[in-house]
Amino acid sequence: MKIAVCIKQVPTREWQPRLDDSKTWIRESDASFEMNEPDAYALEEALRLKEKHGGEVVVCSAGPSRVAQVIREALARGADRAIHVEDEGLASADAFVTAAALADAMRDERFDLVLTGLQSDDQGFAQVGVVLAEKLDMPHSTIIMEVQIDPAAAAGQPGALRVKRELEGGWFQWIAMPLPAVLTIQSGINQLRYATLKGIMAAKKKEIRKAAPSGGAAAKQKIVNLYVPEKGKKTQIIGGSPAEAAKALVQKLRDEARVIQ
Amino acid sequence: MILVIAEQQRGKLNRATWETIVGAQQLDASAITVLVPGASAASVAGELAAANVREVLTVEDAALDPYTPDGFTAALQDAIAQLKPEYVLLPHTYQTRDFAPKLAARLDRAIVTDVTAIKTGTETSFVRPMFQGKLTADVVPQGPAPHFVTFQIGAYRVDQVAKGSAPAPIRALSVTVDPSTIRQQPEAPFQQAKAAVDLSQAERIVSVGRGIKEQANIRIAEELATALGAELAASRPICDSGWLPMERQVGSSGQTVAPKLYLALGISGAIQHLVGMKGSNTIVAVNKDPDAPIFEIADYGIVGDLFEVVPAIIAALKG
Repeated sequence: MKIAVCIKQVPTREWQPRLDDSKTWIRESDASFEMNEPDAYALEEALRLKEKHGGEVVVCSAGPSRVAQVIREALARGADRAIHVEDEGLASADAFVTAAALADAMRDERFDLVLTGLQSDDQGFAQVGVVLAEKLDMPHSTIIMEVQIDPAAAAGQPGALRVKRELEGGWFQWIAMPLPAVLTIQSGINQLRYATLKGIMAAKKKEIRKAAPSGGAAAKQKIVNLYVPEKGKKTQIIGGSPAEAAKALVQKLRDEARVIQ
Repeated sequence: MILVIAEQQRGKLNRATWETIVGAQQLDASAITVLVPGASAASVAGELAAANVREVLTVEDAALDPYTPDGFTAALQDAIAQLKPEYVLLPHTYQTRDFAPKLAARLDRAIVTDVTAIKTGTETSFVRPMFQGKLTADVVPQGPAPHFVTFQIGAYRVDQVAKGSAPAPIRALSVTVDPSTIRQQPEAPFQQAKAAVDLSQAERIVSVGRGIKEQANIRIAEELATALGAELAASRPICDSGWLPMERQVGSSGQTVAPKLYLALGISGAIQHLVGMKGSNTIVAVNKDPDAPIFEIADYGIVGDLFEVVPAIIAALKG
């Protein structure tokens, strides 16, 4: 079982957004970065599948030089090696450019299974996994909460892979498909592991293959303006000490909003 | 021409389709065609024909039923080749997310997802959240038409749909799909567990997010819920961690609620959560981050440490 996991590095949750001079992208120098959370769940799922079925987990990332940090982290958690498609322009790339960069670097590896998070916490397209499947000519399914592999099934056999897809409003559905395939993984599918000291040491010796983007894909989206959202509603911010604010809030909920007695 | 792809399951229309028609009417009200894919398309076509649109098309083909991303991609690729639209608009549902990027990639055309508004002018741009709602971007799709746009659930109100003076004509469109290209084999949808708590009926809800930090702290929110006569709910990360059962999750993958009072504790306001509760009558947010997106939709906000603020609210309710 040769499994690829595509991961992205995104600003941390605590990051306060600041814009660059062009007002079409963020000021990256102010930001701190971490592994995109749904991708961390995809990595964990790949590691569990490897533990069960054997094989190899290869972490793939398309991004600027800074993404080496999350690649190292993935290797420390247990991935065997990595492919880094490196280009500074990939930091703000759209989903088609990112998927093309990944597909070109991944195609010759002939992976059995490709996992990635269902969307990224930065641009949030929810597209890369699905577009990657099209570019690699693999079947796919999205928002996956469980992965079952039939180890006896031959490649291309229709039921080699069975996945539980999340639908809206608490509904689910099982879907069978042949391998190789691409899956986008939902957060919460498993419990994440953390890197051990031994893992961190071992990661230093693991291979990171660098690739240059082929540059074949043209951008399909242009951000013409990036800004802090305008407030749609008049929010009353209640100040003061916790006790004062709480008292004022309770009074407003009783007398103004009339939602409590 | 603007092509709206409707969503329906077994003859039941997904209401988000109406919102997408509102988006289409904002782009160009004079040139809208609505396409209804899947078995029993004909039964919802009549309903959609009431909107001010030029035509409603039904596409009933074995390749569309049951839904698979391969079947939808192939069928709609053929329909788009026949109709040659300038825009293809869809609601940003889980099903759209499953096939629309593939369809756009197959045609090598731009797709802008999760759009909340349209700006028209010298060039048309589409407004979408980025960085978990901390920033908003105006995006212009690049390259030749058609451009695909998916609209966030709740971007428009269903009652904004302009109705036609007479029902729009309905026509069946046939497509050609090679069934051997469909690789997914779906089983019947099921519900994991019947929801024991029906949050949609709750008058008041106290909801907790990541800011609660650990499972032991849920007790503080429980005490507040008891003091308010409210149900306890949570955002997705809390249920993912197993701190509260999945049936108490509010958001796109959980329940949609609209209580009189929704009190959000330590919830930053990721869009997946907001779509499940923004219809609430009065929204209160307690969060230590003044830039948290939850404050954009809150009526009342307290910027502070919930571990100080919540006990104070409980005291104020009792006092």
